[in-house]
Amino acid sequence: MRKRLTLAGLLAPPLLWLVVAYLGALGAIFATAVWSTDPFTNQVVRTFTTDNLRTLVSDPTYLRIIGRTLLIATSVTALCALIAIPFAFFMAKVAPARVRGLLVALVLVPLWASYLVKAYAWRTMLGPGGVLDSVLGGTPGYGFTAVVITLTYLWLPYMILPVYAGLEKLPDSHLEASADLGARNWTTFRRVVLPALLPSIAAGTIFTFSLSLGDYIAVQIVGGTLQVLGTAVLQNITLDLPFAAALGTASVVIMVVYLLAVRRTGALENL
Amino acid sequence: MRLTTRARAGLWAVSAVVVLFVYLPLLVIALNSFNSDRTFGWPPPSLTVKWWQLAAQAEGPRNALRTSVEAGLGATALALVLGSLLAFALTRYSFFGRQAISLLVVLPIALPGIVTGVALQSVIQNVLSPVFGIGAGLFTIIVGHATFCIVVVFNNVTARLRRFGSSLEAASADLGARPLTTFRLVTFPLLRSALLAGSILAFGLSFDEIVVTTFTAGPGSPTLPIWIFNNLFRPNQAPVVNVVAVVLVLVSILPVWAAQRLGDNAAAESRL
Repeated sequence: MRKRLTLAGLLAPPLLWLVVAYLGALGAIFATAVWSTDPFTNQVVRTFTTDNLRTLVSDPTYLRIIGRTLLIATSVTALCALIAIPFAFFMAKVAPARVRGLLVALVLVPLWASYLVKAYAWRTMLGPGGVLDSVLGGTPGYGFTAVVITLTYLWLPYMILPVYAGLEKLPDSHLEASADLGARNWTTFRRVVLPALLPSIAAGTIFTFSLSLGDYIAVQIVGGTLQVLGTAVLQNITLDLPFAAALGTASVVIMVVYLLAVRRTGALENL
Repeated sequence: MRLTTRARAGLWAVSAVVVLFVYLPLLVIALNSFNSDRTFGWPPPSLTVKWWQLAAQAEGPRNALRTSVEAGLGATALALVLGSLLAFALTRYSFFGRQAISLLVVLPIALPGIVTGVALQSVIQNVLSPVFGIGAGLFTIIVGHATFCIVVVFNNVTARLRRFGSSLEAASADLGARPLTTFRLVTFPLLRSALLAGSILAFGLSFDEIVVTTFTAGPGSPTLPIWIFNNLFRPNQAPVVNVVAVVLVLVSILPVWAAQRLGDNAAAESRL
């Protein structure tokens, strides 16, 4: 009996917060997705309708936005993996111990640096008359490419660290065994390193993919007038909350589908 | 590993390029804070410290910094209490719904910030404000931040409790200590560094947060990220924004350094 009382005492304050305040609010928002907005008063009308969800999957404007957001998230994820894998391999297996410690610190510092500052740095780099413009003689300008570059920059440490952790767990003897059996560097990488790393890479992609999917601040800073899911939600919040909720629900659904897809690689145990 | 010289050289080169890619933008804003050209033309025509003087006198960033620090401390304190309670309940007891709760804790940080933000905004508008008379301001910022900070404290404390088990506490009780004495002399000292790591993480998360904050902050009290974002698109504020940015990059060395002093690189890495 006393044990139960203690447990209740421990659980009551956090659960009051998380269930009543947070989960309640979250449920209310998802429920709003199947309501509608009165076009004259902009008030939310609480009658069930699937109009919002139907618009999402039939209106070409929003299909294009969803497609573009997915393209950004996949490009960023692919670029992060492409950069992180050789870098993490160098950190874990090639660099001398002292360089390795330095590199870990060098990866961690930008992870703690303000998100806004990093996005802002790319805004000044990519702007007209900025560094890229005057050094390389041209800049992609603000738009799709700028968003992909900036998001890759922002989320790169989130890919490097899990991949590095995965490589540290991979014993050197496996690499040596592969070499002894006559495999060249590239074959060893493809047949031994990559399969062992797959769960860690998948764990990294969870960060890069979901963070890119939900981002709208960096998109506003370096994207010009580019529309993605996040900015579409933002624009609809004041005028058409139900539709904004439907868009938000769409991004959550995409994330859940992605999580279920990568769960089979064992990525969730590597987070 | 036995790599060919060429592969080894290639990896050195790739890694050097990556480090350059990561630090070049930060170096550029550092240099730009001394750039005498107001629009940051490159290369800088000449160097000046006047933006640093201007920023030192600016009211906006200083007030925003105070709000950010207050919000961070408040959110960290709340998250420490709620996260630790939850960690104790979930590691020391087994009960129906335990799995669901451990999933629930992660939700505020796993869902897109905009979803959490809109949800909290509706609580403020529909419940807090009309029923309790609490408008958007520092308090609501703290509430919002604490919601997603609980998970980092929870993770750190849970990991520590699992590692030590409950045998030390049982021994203390056998030796006649009352529960409060056991907590003071056994449990708390064991948890201290986990709580510290959790606090650094929670404060860092809160200090850098912008999305949830835009929905929970009132118009009068911007946090530092909100202040930066509001002034980012104003050309005449650009030099001051740039100086604030440089200061923030320098400050971000602190937690990494602190974590290495704690001998706990995992603390800095669990920022993930």
